[in-house]
This record gives sequence, C-alpha cells and structure tokens, in this order.
Amino acid sequence: MPGSIRGCAWVGGTDVARPSGIGVVRRSLALGTFRRLLRHRAFVIGAVLLGAMVLMALLAPWLGTGDPNKMAVRMRFQPPSMDHLLGTDNLGRSMLSRVVFGAQLSLMIGLWVVLLNAVFGVLLGALAGYFSRLDGPLMRLADALMAFPSVLLAIGIAAALGPSTSTVVIALAVVYIPRTARILRASVLVVRELDYVQSARVAGASHWHILFRHILPNSMSPLIVQLSFVFAYAVLSEAVLGFLGLGAPPTQPSWGILIAEGRGYIREAWWLTFMPGAAIAVTVLGVNLLGDGLRDVLDPRLKIEQG
Amino acid sequence: MRQGVGLPAMMAYFIKRLVQCIPLLLLVSLLSFGLIKLVPGDPAVVMGGTNATAAEIAVIRSNLGLDRPLHVQILSFYGNLAQGDLGRSLMLGQPVKDAILERLPATAWMALYSMVLTLLVGLAIGVLAALYHNTWIDQGAMTVALLGVSVPNFWLGLVLILVFSVHLGWLPTGGYVEPSTDLLGWLRSATLPAVSLALLQIGLLARITRSAMLEVLRQDYIRTARAKGLSELAVIGKHAMANVAIPVVTVVGLIFSVLLSGSIIVETVFSVPGMGALLGNAILRRDYPMIQGGLLFVATALMLLNILVDVAYAWFDPRVRVGGGH
Repeated sequence: MPGSIRGCAWVGGTDVARPSGIGVVRRSLALGTFRRLLRHRAFVIGAVLLGAMVLMALLAPWLGTGDPNKMAVRMRFQPPSMDHLLGTDNLGRSMLSRVVFGAQLSLMIGLWVVLLNAVFGVLLGALAGYFSRLDGPLMRLADALMAFPSVLLAIGIAAALGPSTSTVVIALAVVYIPRTARILRASVLVVRELDYVQSARVAGASHWHILFRHILPNSMSPLIVQLSFVFAYAVLSEAVLGFLGLGAPPTQPSWGILIAEGRGYIREAWWLTFMPGAAIAVTVLGVNLLGDGLRDVLDPRLKIEQG
Repeated sequence: MRQGVGLPAMMAYFIKRLVQCIPLLLLVSLLSFGLIKLVPGDPAVVMGGTNATAAEIAVIRSNLGLDRPLHVQILSFYGNLAQGDLGRSLMLGQPVKDAILERLPATAWMALYSMVLTLLVGLAIGVLAALYHNTWIDQGAMTVALLGVSVPNFWLGLVLILVFSVHLGWLPTGGYVEPSTDLLGWLRSATLPAVSLALLQIGLLARITRSAMLEVLRQDYIRTARAKGLSELAVIGKHAMANVAIPVVTVVGLIFSVLLSGSIIVETVFSVPGMGALLGNAILRRDYPMIQGGLLFVATALMLLNILVDVAYAWFDPRVRVGGGH
C-alpha cells in the first residue's frame, strides 16, 4: 500500500518536531485511505450508483426530461417506450421526469437527516462519552427512544407533527440520533482513556479543547460508517412515511409519494409503482455498498451487527 | 447435550431482567404520553377535523382530559395504565386495549411466519456463503442479501402482488384468513406479506451468519473435528452451528423490531386486518389515544421479547450466564 508506506517513511524522516508536519501525515493518511477505498470494488460500485443519483437530482432541470407536473391527458398510461422511457401516469405526466425530480426531495431529506445526526448525534454522544455524569441520563433517554421500532416511532412523531417535509426530517432525525450518539459514545469512551488524552489533561488543556481537538478527530471512523447507513435508512423510511401520506404535499412528490400515487393503478400501469421503487432500491443499494466499503477500509472491527 | 443450567437460576435471571426494565418502561410510557404534546396547536381541534363544532371539540378535549392540568393528566395516565387501560380510540369508539388485542393474532401469526422464513432462508444463505467463501455462490448469496436490505419492503409487496396475484393469479392480493379455521387459506393469504416482510431481515441475518460462520470456521476446534475424521455435515451442523447460533440469537430481537415496524406498512399494502394496519389507520385519522396506546404496547412487547432473547442467549452461551458481566 503506497499510502501507508509513504506515511511510515515520513515518520522516519528528520523534521519530526515541526508542527506543520502533523498536517502532512494526516493528509498522506487520508490519501492512503482514499486509495484503498478506490481499490474496494463494492465502494466504487456504490459510489458510482449514488453519484449517478445525486447528479440526476442536481441536474434535474437541465436533463431535458421536462416539467414533472405537465399534464397531457391524451398521453395517459403510456407504457415505457422510446418516447416515454419510464412511461406516463394517470394524468399523462412523464414518469421519467417525476422520478428525476423526485430524487431531489428524497435525497435532500436523507441529507438533512444525516446532517442533523452528525451535529446532534456527535454532540450528545461526545457529551455522554466524555462527561460520565451525563452518561447515565443521556443513555437512558437513548434506550427509551430505541425501545420503539425505528420506523414506527418516526411514523408516530410525523403523525403528531402533521404532514410536511420538515416533519419527516425531524421524525427520522429523532429516531436515528440516539443510535448515532451511542456509536460515537462507544468510541469516545475508548479514546478518552488513551495516554495522549491523559497527557493533554495533565498538561492542563480544557475539556472542550480535549474533546474537539484530541478525542473527536480520532472517533470519526465509526461515525462516518454509521452516517452512511443512516442515509440509507433515511431514504427507505422517507419512502414509508411518504407512502403513508405523512410526507410532503403531492405537488412536489418524493419517491415514496410517487409509489403511493401509482398504487391505485397497479393493475393498469405497473410502471407507476415500479419505477420510483427501483430508484429507491438503486440509491439505497449504492449507499449500502459505499458504507460496506467505508467500514472495511476505515474500521474493520465494525461488523454488520449494528442496527 | 448441553449441561444443565439450572432452571431456578434461569428464572432468577429472567426476573432480574424484568425488574431492571421497569425504569425504562416508565420512560417509554412517558414518551408515549408526551407524543400528544408534540401536536402543534390544540390536539382536540386537529382530531375533530375541519367540520367539528366548538361543542364537539370540547367533548374531545374533555374525553382526552386535555382540559385538566398537566400533572393531573400524567397521574391519570399512569393510574389508567396500572389498570391496563390505554384509553379509548376515537375512530373506533372502543377501548384501545380491546382494539389491539382483537387485531394482535393476525399480526402475530404473520410475524411468526416471517420469522420462520427469515431464520430458514437467512441462515441457509449465510452458511452457504461462508462455506463457499470467495466463490460465485458466496458472491451471489451476498448480492441477494444486499438487495434484501436495500429494497423498500412495501414496494416489494406491491411488486409481488403484481407478479403472483395480478399476472400469475397464484395467490390472493391480500386479506386475512384465520389459521385456526382454514390453515391452507391462511398460508395462501399470508405468504406474500410474510415474504415481503422477511426479505429485509433475511439480508440482515445472512450477512451476520456469514461473518459469524467465517469466524468460527477459522477456530482450532473445527480443524480438530475435521482431523478426527468427522463428516463435514457433523462438523458444520453440530460443532460450527453451535457457535454461530450465539451472534444469531442476539439479532433476533432486532429482527422482531424490524418486523413490527414493517407490519404497519405491509399490512396496509395487503389489507391484513392486523395491528399494523390499525396503527396506520389511526395515524391517518389522527386518533392519538390509539397511536399512543399502540406505540406503548409495541415497545413493551419488544422489551419483553428482548428479555426472552437475552435469557435464551444466556442459555446458549455459558459465558454470559446469570450474574455474569452483563
């Protein structure tokens, strides 16, 4: 592995004491990790699948698929063909266009859930792992939230808050934040006891400095892996919430809502249900492959046991 | 045979775990109670719908006790809970507990069916993949497992309906038949929902089984067993599986949780009159007592199941036995 060899060679070098050198090690380690990821077949396939979906969402207005809400009643229920790649729906709207634009909302929701998890999951997990006095109460609360089946709790919260896109994001974030916090807490607990952290403490560094400069950067691997799976769960669960009518208003349909719309016509027009679901499956498959690759490369100890 | 653990010790462990989960249960019930406080504005207005008169809303409000101070609400919630009273469903006009118990069998049978499918297929795929490590069988099995955890289960249900009901006409599109009156009819109606529920867990279990099996196959005692001339079937079936069972048992609780989550939507898709569909309807109709009661019931049931799983775990693995470092 060229990356790690270069890292070792440098450590054996002469200017060990120069502080800027630490950045170099980190960068070459990152480069090495990146190279190992590129050699991981599952990671590359996952990255391509997810990348295609993200590009599709970003470039939706310029892909020439047309307005997703443009109706053409004479073109109703056209099966997939060269003219209508994914067919048309009950109002003659192009399914290709609806699936392409649906990607925007579905992926955006996943991204927001991941961001909220990254912020609050890290904050709560770090606090629980670092300050033992907060550990008990925070983790009991996490236990209680995790006692509910995840999708069921999200449905309950979304039902209470009323249907909207932000409802879906909040509900899914609340469901997965305890799980993320737990994983971060576990790695903080380990890193906290390492010698260099103890020396930082003896040297008089403040708690926040130790936490943010010394502990968190070394607890990142499991977190990144977890966040990739949170994204997969979020896209799947968003579809469930959308399907049950708890998502965004149908004017801007996500994939879950598209499946719900197509369900009534499943006998006449299978493609209305099939296409958006296939888009979900491809996206989630991509994320799962990506996550497996990240796990293998960043943190081989983490097995698939985590839920 | 496994040497005896002693039934009294296992009972003591079981009771200890039950007592330990009481604080968690209190917190879980408080969260279920708090759900209605998340409703923006006045829950009574939301529940009444757009056409409700002020008088009707007032009736809903006093039925739910929302006109009383918060501490009284909490106390009466726990008072009722202690008597097994989960409140009254607004849409059904019947006690929440009765509504749940009526629909529990359909869900429980389906969950059981799905669990059996998961264990049979998931274990088989995982073991096969491990035995043929790094061959096309391994890759094929893991592709299936990965697809399983990537496909939305309700969508799979719809696709199965399309293929097996609409096109082939082999199985009904949904509904529910009591297994006690017509076992074959039940099997026909429950197969598609059970399969679409099971696929996700099959993927999960297959991946865990595979890595557990690979780990076990590396152990010395397996080499010893092979070296002393045991048949491959005995080595895998008896020696290896005994240790693969341990990580598998730990995920059974997780699998039940995913199953119950999934039932809400799969029952809606297949119009199975179970607990999941009941909750799904309650959510669409903003029937908060039903939602709260249902969530609390499911969480409690899961907690009990998890304790049972832990007891089974202790039974399988002497290292976590009673009083051990749990």
